[in-house]
Amino acid sequence: MVRVLLNAPKQVPKGQPFNVKLLISHPMESGQRRDAMGMAIPRHIINQIVCKLDEEEVFRMNLFPAIAANPFLVFSATAEQSGTLTITFTDDNGVEQTETTPVEVV
Amino acid sequence: MKRRLLLAGSAALLAIRPAQATPVQVAALIRDLVGGAPLTQGNMKLDLPVMVENGNTVSVTVSVDAQPGAVHSLHLFAEGNPLPEVMHFSFGPRAGLPRVQTRIRLATSQTVIAIAQMRDGTFRQDSVDLLVTLAACID
Amino acid sequence: MKPVLLLLALLTAAAAPRSGYDDASPETRAMQDDDDANPGFLWVREGEAQWSKPAGPDGKSCASCHHDATISMRGVAARYPLIDTVSEQPMTLDQRIAQCREERQRADPLPPESEAALGLSAYVGLQSRGMPLHVRADSPFVAAGRRLFETRLGQLNLSCAQCHDERAGMKLGGATIPQGHPNGYPEYRLEWQAMGSLYRRLRDCMTGVRAEPFAPESLQAAELALYLAVRAEGLKVETPAVRP
Ligand code: HEC
Ligand code: HEC
Repeated sequence: MVRVLLNAPKQVPKGQPFNVKLLISHPMESGQRRDAMGMAIPRHIINQIVCKLDEEEVFRMNLFPAIAANPFLVFSATAEQSGTLTITFTDDNGVEQTETTPVEVV
Repeated sequence: MKRRLLLAGSAALLAIRPAQATPVQVAALIRDLVGGAPLTQGNMKLDLPVMVENGNTVSVTVSVDAQPGAVHSLHLFAEGNPLPEVMHFSFGPRAGLPRVQTRIRLATSQTVIAIAQMRDGTFRQDSVDLLVTLAACID
Repeated sequence: MKPVLLLLALLTAAAAPRSGYDDASPETRAMQDDDDANPGFLWVREGEAQWSKPAGPDGKSCASCHHDATISMRGVAARYPLIDTVSEQPMTLDQRIAQCREERQRADPLPPESEAALGLSAYVGLQSRGMPLHVRADSPFVAAGRRLFETRLGQLNLSCAQCHDERAGMKLGGATIPQGHPNGYPEYRLEWQAMGSLYRRLRDCMTGVRAEPFAPESLQAAELALYLAVRAEGLKVETPAVRP
């Protein structure tokens, strides 16, 4: 389990865009480096992030080694009704992790 | 000078220095993406500092002057990185404003290009030339 | 001392210290200013979890003895390093935390620079954010630390003072030489792409001049950290700071 900070406003106006901030603790090892012994360090990055509000997609992102360590995103979403914002990310080892935060429409 | 010394001193992680991508390679990637569709400059913005303090972590914002829902996806390319693709980002039905901010690695001073794919099948482009004072030793 | 030199010395001493924050780019400062965007908070949250995680034979956590860190740890980081009353030696905050972990919690030591160790240090440090650094300046260890700071080291034969007192504000390669203050540690460095301790930074600066770094537990490392804090008197704690 990697540490994730997912920050959305607790309450949002119906149909109005709101900003969400996401920070994921991950080295994003690029596969372009060698260790002190000269051995190539294998690539290990988060390669996909999918964000949904309940069942509907907010965005889908493919990441490459040029995304900085500890990936940071600010994106915009809209909600018509209260629900759960879900972030699911997958890394090169096939490990998948999901984080959620409630969004209440007022 | 100092940086070189620090790197030599700590020597924990040495970079492999693969060939950089070239503008030609990036142009080919963009051609694959756009195909024969119209590609125009402007009506979107790629926001990056022109002077970068450390190439390991560069804040970037891509935004499009358009209604929510009018943009299909955003694509980011770095001509001077060993691997020029940076991200592909597509908007779903619950997306808000067509705007995204993230942090990227830049291996050296170079041109970064953003492409927006609109739902009407057209494309927009913006680019920034920037100077990396301390290059990331990795991609 | 000649009167002119004396005057200069007094002027230098009187000038308020300048945080490395003020030498960083607007983008780096913005990263530090927003807690949701500051990657250091990934470690702070790790530390918050560690704070109430039981360990050792008695199943105690930091919280068992210190309860709410936002109350019990408020202001603590601003007065470290201090002279420990038992050992009568200078002790850094990281050493104090390690001591509590091993002797009071009776748990396995946390590896230096591990997420757990940096996290606890960042979480404790955060409780003093915005408070002015103020450590006691009247011990012989401070004078010893100052001597170390002014001693030429390594193959480059440079002292800390030659860069951080005499050349602060000047450019070195692409970087501005900061005054070299310890007020943001542990801090997130873009160069490290991670959080690191003050000790890690001192080690970097020492290998930078091709000197053999002081060992982490050495008296010299603690004296240097103590002098750095005295030199930064009044600067606000910024933990977790972000620097290039
Ligand atoms: C069994 C009780 C106990 C546990 C468990 C414990 N501490 Fe302590 N801690 C103390 C006592 C007692 C002191 C005061 C020591 C002194 O004043 O010399 C102290 C002092 C400290 C101080 C210095 C406070 C100051 O005002 O100078 C810090 C920081 C600290 N502890 C952090 C921690 C952390 C972090 C943990 C968990 C890893 C922890 N402690 C676990 C009992 C404990
Ligand atoms: C050759 C010049 C040079 C010497 C000598 C040097 N430093 Fe530094 N130091 C720098 C530069 C440049 C930076 C900041 C840029 C960077 O990250 O490399 C820095 C950063 C620091 C910082 C971090 C400040 C912050 O805001 O986080 C501290 C602390 C520090 N140095 C302490 C020391 C100590 C202690 C010594 C002596 C053992 C020393 N330095 C020797 C050039 C030097």
